Amino acid sequence: MSFVFNKTGEISVLYAILCYHDEDVTCSWSKEHDDAVLAKLGVVQEKLARQGRLGPVARLLPTTAATTLRKSQDPPLIIDGPFAETKEQLLGFYVVDCENLEAALDVARDLGAANPGGSYEIRPVGVFRPGSLPA
Amino acid sequence: VTDIAWIDNALTAARPQAIGALLRYFRNLDTAEEAFQEACLRALKSWPQNGPPRDAAAWLIMVGRNVAIDQVRRARKQEALPEEDKISDLGDAESELAERLDGQHYRDDILRLLFICCHPDLPATQQIALALRVVSGLTVKQIARAFLVSDSAMEQRITRAKARVADASVPFETPGAVDRSERLAAVAAMIYLVFNEGYSANSGEAQARAPLCDEAIRLVRLLLRLFPTEPEIMGLAALMLLQSSRAPARFDADGAIVLLEDQNRALWDRQMIAEGLALIDKAVRHRRRGPYQVQAAIAAMHARAAKAEETDWSHIDQLYGALEQIQPSPVVTLNRAVAVSKVRGPAAALEMIDPLAGQLSGYFYFFGVKGGLLLQLGRTDEARVAFDRAIALAGTAAEAAHIRMHLDRLMKPGAPIAVAKAAH
Repeated sequence: MSFVFNKTGEISVLYAILCYHDEDVTCSWSKEHDDAVLAKLGVVQEKLARQGRLGPVARLLPTTAATTLRKSQDPPLIIDGPFAETKEQLLGFYVVDCENLEAALDVARDLGAANPGGSYEIRPVGVFRPGSLPA
Repeated sequence: VTDIAWIDNALTAARPQAIGALLRYFRNLDTAEEAFQEACLRALKSWPQNGPPRDAAAWLIMVGRNVAIDQVRRARKQEALPEEDKISDLGDAESELAERLDGQHYRDDILRLLFICCHPDLPATQQIALALRVVSGLTVKQIARAFLVSDSAMEQRITRAKARVADASVPFETPGAVDRSERLAAVAAMIYLVFNEGYSANSGEAQARAPLCDEAIRLVRLLLRLFPTEPEIMGLAALMLLQSSRAPARFDADGAIVLLEDQNRALWDRQMIAEGLALIDKAVRHRRRGPYQVQAAIAAMHARAAKAEETDWSHIDQLYGALEQIQPSPVVTLNRAVAVSKVRGPAAALEMIDPLAGQLSGYFYFFGVKGGLLLQLGRTDEARVAFDRAIALAGTAAEAAHIRMHLDRLMKPGAPIAVAKAAH
């Protein structure tokens, strides 16, 4: 676990909050509805940011833009679409600046060579805020 | 977000899948739509109290199917002679329910539903209207507003389309690989029609028509989730996203067309561009080039240029060359000529479009481009003739106004010379 000392000197823990929803539904939102949702979330985020508690926030683009690299085999298998297996669990994520999909796949291949097994889903990020947490 | 808004979103999202499945049961579009409608009414009553079901589409399919079967049974009791074949069909539907709700059929259900809407007997305008009504679930009023026609005219258009579809035979068995790919191509073309109907509007109409672009993008994402490895569907999605990304910059405050080169690129939607570029990158990996992919790649060249001057015109020229080979058309050559004028100069471009004069004699954009090239070459009298012709052929007031701007500049000696380009 990653510990942070808060203002009163107590230890606190960094939590990742992962967002799930039905894409059929969120992709059906009108622009106005989408803006309204983001505005409401922005209020919550703003409060956390002011308290110095908010780390990076990312909104991912739809899974239709995703590619999956299965690194349980060598060379890894590249498949269109999101990670769809249910036997494996989400363990972590990277945010890497890449020129294009090939560059992102190169990064994923390097990571996969260092740690074979499992899969990486490569998804473009739509909105990114770096946050204000100390390193 | 209120309860009702949440339910509304869930119903819209489940609609293509639910109507597609109901259509497979009842083999009649009206029955399927009515069954879905009834299921939605029950959802509005039940969901706020009982909470949303885990799988909204499955719930709607089950309820819609039961309601419609009840109605047929009730009708049967009132009729002297039962429709034997219809009843036995429903019996089959019931017994196979468990198998049918497992999701295996959903892909072909939705594809069939979309495919029915783009039946070759239907003119393009009816295809679009039918898809928006049946698949997207827009109201007749919403569709009428987007097409700038009266509600009653749109109602009539949709009724006619449905009547034609009812007469036409649509195969209900699971399609084979060849049939499936043909259906997919027809559906993709129809979705692009929906998009263009929304995109090719002038500024006055742009706002009313924008929902058509959104809807087309929603449909292509749906298609892409069903067929995640089809490079042309990726290409179509990318093409529409990249074109749509420029929507906020296409018209100035007075509603005049702003050419691609003059657009404020800071207004372009970066998220749509990112998604479009990611999709092209995915498509390219398949090494199966197709017209949507190449058009998307051309749009991507513009999206990647931070400034108009940084546009890689020679690459765009090559891509149009590829498009000419895959899908030869005088309009493609005309577009290519614009790229050629940037790379090799206006004389080379003019030479390229001269042979198109016969085929494109009624095409506004041909004379706009021709006038612009002649202007660059200093042949102002000929340019004026071409621009006059373009104004006569202009489809919208904005197009005509744009060409008039060039004519006005011609009248002023020493005025800056601009070339007419596509108003992308």
